[in-house]
Parts: sequence; C-alpha cells; structure tokens
Amino acid sequence: MLPEAVAHNHGGHHPMLAHHFDSLEEQNVASTLGMWVFLVTEVLFFGGLFMAYTLYRMWYPDAFALSSNELDIRWGAFNTAVLIGSSLTMALAVHAAQTGERSKLVTFLILTMVLGTVFLGVKGIEYADKFEHHHVPGLNFHFEPVSEMAHAQIFFSLYFVMTGLHAIHMIVGLGIMTWMLVWSMNGTITKEYASPIEISGLYWHFVDIVWIFLFPLLYLLGRTLPAVTH
Amino acid sequence: MSEHIVPKSTYYAIFGALMVGTALTVGAAFVDLGPLNTIVALSIAITKASLVVLFFMHVKYSPKLTWLVVIGSVFWLLLLLGITLGDYLTRGMRTFG
Amino acid sequence: MSSNTVLMPERHYLNDGHSLKSWLLTKDHKRIALLYLFAVTFFFLIGGAFAAMIRLELATPAGDLVSDETYNKMFTMHGVMMVFFFLIPVVPAILGNFLLPIMIGAKDLAFPKLNLASWYIYMLGSFFTLYAIVTSGLDTGWTFYTPFSSTASTTAVIPAGIGVFINGFSSILTGLNFIVTVHRMRAPGMTWFRMPLFVWAHYATAIVMVLGTPVIAITLVMLVAERAFHFGIFDPAVGGDPVLFQHLFWFYSHPAVYIMILPAMGVISELIAAGCRKQVFGYSFVAFSSLAIAVIGFLVWGHHMFVAGMSVYAALVFSFLSFIVAIPSAVKVFNWTATMYKGSVSWDTPMLYAIGFIGLFSIGGLTGLFLASMGLDIHLTDTYFIVAHFHYVMVGGTILAYLGGIHYWFPKMTGRMYSEFLGRLSAGIVFIGFNLTFFPQFILGYLGMPRRYHTYPADMQMLNVLSSAGASILAVGFTLPLFYLAYAWKYGPVAGSNPWGAVGLEWNTTSPPPTTNFEETPVVTWDAYEYPTPVEGHVA
Repeated sequence: MLPEAVAHNHGGHHPMLAHHFDSLEEQNVASTLGMWVFLVTEVLFFGGLFMAYTLYRMWYPDAFALSSNELDIRWGAFNTAVLIGSSLTMALAVHAAQTGERSKLVTFLILTMVLGTVFLGVKGIEYADKFEHHHVPGLNFHFEPVSEMAHAQIFFSLYFVMTGLHAIHMIVGLGIMTWMLVWSMNGTITKEYASPIEISGLYWHFVDIVWIFLFPLLYLLGRTLPAVTH
Repeated sequence: MSEHIVPKSTYYAIFGALMVGTALTVGAAFVDLGPLNTIVALSIAITKASLVVLFFMHVKYSPKLTWLVVIGSVFWLLLLLGITLGDYLTRGMRTFG
Repeated sequence: MSSNTVLMPERHYLNDGHSLKSWLLTKDHKRIALLYLFAVTFFFLIGGAFAAMIRLELATPAGDLVSDETYNKMFTMHGVMMVFFFLIPVVPAILGNFLLPIMIGAKDLAFPKLNLASWYIYMLGSFFTLYAIVTSGLDTGWTFYTPFSSTASTTAVIPAGIGVFINGFSSILTGLNFIVTVHRMRAPGMTWFRMPLFVWAHYATAIVMVLGTPVIAITLVMLVAERAFHFGIFDPAVGGDPVLFQHLFWFYSHPAVYIMILPAMGVISELIAAGCRKQVFGYSFVAFSSLAIAVIGFLVWGHHMFVAGMSVYAALVFSFLSFIVAIPSAVKVFNWTATMYKGSVSWDTPMLYAIGFIGLFSIGGLTGLFLASMGLDIHLTDTYFIVAHFHYVMVGGTILAYLGGIHYWFPKMTGRMYSEFLGRLSAGIVFIGFNLTFFPQFILGYLGMPRRYHTYPADMQMLNVLSSAGASILAVGFTLPLFYLAYAWKYGPVAGSNPWGAVGLEWNTTSPPPTTNFEETPVVTWDAYEYPTPVEGHVA
C-alpha cells in the first residue's frame, strides 16, 4: 500500500517515516500543519498580554510614555536588527536544506543560533540595568516622578512578563536549533527530509514576529518627550 | 503538495525591507505625530510581520488551509482585543440618554 | 474482517505487550485513552469527595461541619478538580482518543508521541494541583478572581495556578492532534460529510481548545507573577483592573464549557443513531451546529460578568449573543428527537443515558436563557440557580453522555459485554439521584440562597436536605458502574466485533481492535449512518 518513497535501507521506506503515515509527504504535510496550529496557540498566548498592555496604555498614557523612555532604544533597535538577521539566516538554512547543501545548512543554523544568543545577551544586559535602576516590580521598585510610580509599575510588570516570556521562547528555540544542528550534521536532514528545518523555521520566525510587535509597543513610546536620562 | 523553493534573492530583499522598516519606525518615534504615532508604529509592525509570514514562513506559497489558520488566529486575537475594549470604551456611556 | 461472536481475537491492542513499559511508553491512541480513563476517574472521585463534603455541610443551615474557610476550600477544590481535571478531558481524551482515528479509518492520531506527552502533562499538572490541595488548599473559587487570589488569599494559589497552567497544555496538544488528524488522516473515500458526527463534534472542540486554552494559560501566568513577584497587573492599589482578569479568564472559561459539552453531543449523535437504527435527521445541520457552537461560544463570555461593572452596552451585546448561541444547541436537540421519531428505539443502557441527556441538557440549556437575560441574571447570579443550571448541563449533559458512551463502546474497548440489568439500574439511579440533587437548587436560587456560602436561612433547609439526599443516591449511581464494568472487563461474555449491530468503522474491526486498528485500511464509499439496512460489506 505504500507508494514509491525514497528507498533507504528500511525495507523500502524512509527511516524517518512514522508507521501510521502512508508516505513521507503525508507526514511532512501533517507536521507542517501541526506546527501552524501550535503557532495559533502562541498567537493567543501572547495575545492575552497584548490585551493587558492595550488596556493599560489606554488608561495611563503618560506613565507608559515615561516608563518606555527608561528603556534603552539603542539596545532595543539593535536587538530588533539581530533578530531580523537571524530570521534571514534561518530562511537561508531552510533553503540550504531544501537544496541538499549540508555545509551551508550547518553554517546558517549556527549563525542563527549565534544571533539568537546575542539577542539574549543583550536582554540580560537590559535586565541588569533595570535591576540597577530599581525598575523591577516587587524588588524595591521606585520610579520618578513618584506621581506616576504606581502606573509605571504596571508598565514594567508587563515589560518583564512580555519580554521574559519572549526570551523563554528564544531559549526553547535555541534548544530546537541545537537538535536540528545535530540532525543536520549526522545526515538525517536531506533534500527529501528537509521539513524539520522548515518547521523549526516557522517557530523561529514566529518568535521574531512577536518581537516585531514588542519593540515599538515597549520601546518607542514617549520618545518625543523632553530630554530624558537615556 | 509542491515544495516551492523560494530563491535566496527574495530572502535578501525581504531582509532589506525589514531593516528599512525598523529604521523607519525608530525614526518616526522621534517625530511628534500625536495619535498618529501609534498608527504609524503599528502599521509598520504589521507590514514587517506580514513580510515575515508571507516570505520567510512561505505562506505565500502555502495551501489555502495554512492561510485560513494564519488569518483565523489573527482574527481571534482581534476578537479578544476588540470585544474586551468594547466593554472598556463604552463604560462611560449612559444608557438611554 | 469477519467477526467471530464467540471468541476474543488472538492479538489485539490490550495484549500487544504486557510490560509496564509497553503501557507507559505506548504510542497507541487506544492505550493512551485507557491511561486517561484511569487518571480522569481518579480525579473524578477526588472531586466527588469534595462534593460530598459540601452536601454534608449544607444539610444543616448552620455552619457546623467545617469552618467557613474550610468550606471555601471544599467548593474551590471541587470546582477545580471537576472542571479542569475531569470535565475538560473526560470525553475527548478518553472516547475521543480511542475512537477518532478508528472512525475515520486511520491507524493512529497524527502525532502519537505528542498524544502520550499530553497524558504525562496531564499527570504533571494534576500532581501540582494535588500538592496545592494537600498543603494549604485553595479557597479562591475555581474562578481564581483577583484581587483575592493575587493578594489576599493565604492558600496555595501559585501551585494550583501552575498545575492548571500545565494541564492546559495537555488540552492544547490533544486539540492540535485532533485537528491535524481530521484534516490529514482520513481513509480514502472518507470525505468530510461521510464522517460520523462524533468526529465533527471533536473537531469543533479541538478548535475551541486551541484558540481558547492559551488565553487562560497566559492569565494564570500573570496571576502567578502578580502573586509571586508582586507585579501590578490586576492590583487596584497600583491602578490595575480586576475586571481585566475576569475578561481574560472567561474568554477561555466560557468556551471551555463548550469543550465539555460538544464531545458529549457527539457521543449522543452516535448513541441515538445506533439506538434508533436510523440516520441522524439533518446530518449537515448537526455537523455545522457543532462549528457554530464553537465559534459563537467565543463571543458570549461577558454574561459571567453582568454584575462586575461592565459597560451596559457591552452587556447588551453579550446577552443577545448568549441567546443566539442556544440556537445551534436547539438544532441538535430537535434533530436527535426527530431521529427518534419512527425509529426502532432500543432501551439499552446507552440509549437510556442518551434520552436522559436530551431531557436534562434541555432543562440546563433553557435555564441558561433565563441567565442570559440581564434583568433576571442580576437576581439569579451567584445564587444556587446558577449552580443548578451548570450542573444540569455538565452532569445531566456531559456526564450522562460520557456514561452512555462508555457503556456503548465498552464492548469495543474490552471485547466483553457488561450486565445490561446493572447498566439500566445505574442509569435509573443516576437519573433519580441527579434530579433530586439539583432540581431543588433551582428553587433555592430563586429564593435567593447564595452560592459559596456555608450557611443559609433555616427556612431553606428542607430543599437543601432533599438536595443532599439526592447527592447520596447520585453517588451510588456513579459508583456502581465502577464495579460492574470492572467485573465485566474480566468476566463478561465475549462481545464480538459488533454486538449492537451498529454502522461505523469502529464496528468493522475486532473487539478489542488490533493495535493498528484495521487489518487493511478501509476504502469508504458510504455515508455515516447507513440505517436501517446497511449495504453488504459496509458493516462487519
């Protein structure tokens, strides 16, 4: 009943073909759809945070503008560029997988991971900076002007939950990339079986998209206000 | 299902567009456009996200079901935001005059 | 596959490996369904124990059995156990997991390892929540409303929140698996409109699981962060809004009740068709009504918040949509009833539960309309009317459907038949016990008895005593099947592949089925309910 599949030494069908599927193509299509459905859940997951953000920004525009100014726009913009760059390298990795160019695939996967790590490193620097300035809610939070301190606490609460959750997703993404790197280096990924790279790419691009929205919403408010500290 | 291989030149072009968009949104943040600031920032973000979805994530070359899934998820998020805001935005309104 | 009505098949999914490892590392959706069966039943019993405590306390007007704080923990933990660990998974993770692939002619779900993972995640989540229960307990109500849950409560909100959060992933992965399976794994010839309505119902449920569950997940993240790190998202002291919590919470928790009822309705469609030996009347209407309930169900959550301080205009819209969402449910009830008309109606246990469902779900659904009406809801909200309403739909609805389904598919899952006498007896006891427990609560709510209070005015005692008495009868009705089904599993008469003479791919394979479900992938050229005389070769 199995259609012609790529003949490897597995009795006529691909070693990575699971036995409840009839063909590798069916498996790839199902896996891709599965990843897309998972990304739907991620949209709604982050979406709840965007809802909270939208409400409080509507209610407390001044506090949000002042708080946003406390974030370093240079690090934010740099990280945005880094993440977009990592999406490029990821897309190029997928391309290399689809054309069977193993060494390029490995190179681009590593580049993607490097850029992802740089992103996380910068976030670490930013978080340390927040800690120094007493802008971590629950840990001696203090904000000037004091009249906006309560509402600023909401901004920073959302900042940490949103960027923290995003960072956790990045870390998971690095884990997935490590796994893909292993499979790329040991020959599991081939021109016929490139879909794990494509599917991992979908997850990675999604994490990039979340940041594409987080950046303007968190970093770019209140930039027209008169001179601030940085 | 055909496996469409997107040419690398497309990827580079999209990357360029995304970087331009990032520069634009940062620049626009320093110009006081009043309420338009938000609209500009969101429009640029939506455009960038769409480019990533269509080209990096291959949705432009994907079957209709994928389109349905993507659009459905965004639509559902807008339902959450829209209906909840519908409560908050109409709270001050008096009933029946 | 020819059926031998006397002997069990030699190899089937139950004897395909006996080691603990073959069960705990199984990828077979049927074994995973049984793993869920044992876990979910266990949590049902825990939730039931809390219910028993509640009804014991409420047998007298004074708060003399437990303190008010303990009582708060009783109803909270009853709710948490029943909602998250029983009602949400009971039909999809047990019957859905077992039957969905077989009904569409597939060898397994799309992602068997993910399916196993979802069971482990369920176990992990429930372990966390159990930990919360045995330490300081939980007293916030299953609804976790802020700011009490985020600041004032002194109980184990964080472990419970984490437990429910983890458990949500189990639901999400099940839904994801179902969606991809239905789209991609149907056997040749199994078009969408040849699928059993059970599959349509689970597909619609899966959409709700995937779209809704992440929102409660993030809400719990925010709640836990607020409580653990004193963030300020729902805290009025820093300008946060507790009503925002309610919006986010109910955005999931209302569709969640459709996660609980849609699969049950799918079961009922199967039971009615087989029990009346008749095509389900208006197949496409029933199929689309599942999707309609799933979609419209996302638009009504504000009806839980009519007295929370919401905008009156928003409340109007939610009220209107809550009336609308009743329509597709009514379509189903009409169509099931029409199916029964001039059908060859059996009075076997599954059919008794199905008929009971139609009656009790209708009462529950109709009382929902009372509550959708804002003017009435203001008086009835947070009273026992609400408690009665949701128990009619969740117990009278979901649990009855589940019990009917378990009896109907018991021979398929185990290869043996249960005692029909005990089945009917239990169904009768459940029906009587249920109504005695919950009908008085409609009256109590109308009289103004608030929910979540451990005392009440003395003149309400009679109705409360009736309710508590009913609860003890209901408990007997629920417990009996545990015993006679367990007995039948080991000692019941061999059932054969199609003891009911029903139409459906699951009846075309052996009882119990082989691990790969079918000896050969079926090629389907017939509609789902080919009653009363199926074509030769379409049915075993």
